[in-house]
Amino acid sequence: MLKTIKNGLINENPTFVQVLGMCPTLAVTTSLVNGIGMGLSVTFVLILSNMLISMLRKIIPSKIRIAAYVVIIATFVTVVDLVLKAYVPSLSQSLGLFIPLIVVNCIILARAEAFASKNTVLKSAADGLGMGLGFTVALSLISAVREILGNGTILGMSVGIANPATVMILPPGGFLTLGIILGIINAIRNRKEQR
Amino acid sequence: MTALVGIALTSIFVQNFVLVKFYGICPFLGVSKKLDTALGMGMAVTFVMTLASMLTWACQKFILVPLDMEYMQTIAFIVIIAALVQFVEMFLQKSIPSLYSALGIYLPLITTNCAVLGVALLNVRTASVINLLGTYTLIESVVNGFSAGIGFLLAIVLFAGVRERLESSDIPKALQGFPIALISASLLAMAFMGFQGMSF
Repeated sequence: MLKTIKNGLINENPTFVQVLGMCPTLAVTTSLVNGIGMGLSVTFVLILSNMLISMLRKIIPSKIRIAAYVVIIATFVTVVDLVLKAYVPSLSQSLGLFIPLIVVNCIILARAEAFASKNTVLKSAADGLGMGLGFTVALSLISAVREILGNGTILGMSVGIANPATVMILPPGGFLTLGIILGIINAIRNRKEQR
Repeated sequence: MTALVGIALTSIFVQNFVLVKFYGICPFLGVSKKLDTALGMGMAVTFVMTLASMLTWACQKFILVPLDMEYMQTIAFIVIIAALVQFVEMFLQKSIPSLYSALGIYLPLITTNCAVLGVALLNVRTASVINLLGTYTLIESVVNGFSAGIGFLLAIVLFAGVRERLESSDIPKALQGFPIALISASLLAMAFMGFQGMSF
């Protein structure tokens, strides 16, 4: 169980290692609150869809499995969308279209196909939790960097940067931050291999 | 007419779907290693986005709104798009096999391209310019879908050109692959920032 969670969190981190689900990763990470909100929404959908798909894995005919997965995922995404609209309207507003677009997030479909369709319910839930947390951690890191450098704040509190570089919270900053973080991870991995 | 030109220019340049709005980043990064495959992918996406805009608009107008079931939007739209992609694939296979084999592998991938679902959802949420009371009319939706697709095509083709050049350049080991691609995309996005502030 713990191994599956750690696998999603570090070894096979969906964002930094598999480079999946890039649209929300780049689009909503303009502030830490948005990053965490998006991460947790995806985690919720991932756990529930993994569990349901795993339960139904012997019933769904393999020819129409992708269509069935998409409908299951879309159902849970609608639940998240409506819950956020009702209870956290400000977050729902700032994440905008990217909440319904969780449906087409490749991470969720990839886990359904690669893991949940072959494993037990409990294991699939653990995998969903691990991958979801890995995604949340990645989004939090990117959005923290972008919020500090681009807006001079963290969670809305000032960190004392006099002239924040606004470009970091604009689209180019998203690409740049992710590119540099991936570069740093590669450099660390290369060094480990050399030893 | 000017309203339609405005929508088109906005979707292609000012609010470019990929570089400004971040829709469809997965194929943008995944299928942009070669110029000709990028072109094929861009054309396939444009085609599907135009048709999807039309069908989802009709679904919203004639099925979801009259039945008061707008909460089913996400599910209904993704099913329509998945079915549409499947039909396009079968149609091309039967009638234009040359185009089918050129696009082959990329067609099924379009279902999970968030630009397609994104434009469908945007169309039924954006306030119309022609019909002041509601959201986009059919013609506005189709123009928006087509020009958003052209925006995607433009971005992916430009980016593929940059990446082909990167192949032969000397890049630090840690930055090879995705990191340098993302940094180049950042510069491309910065260029598109030049269109910001223009409004039609």
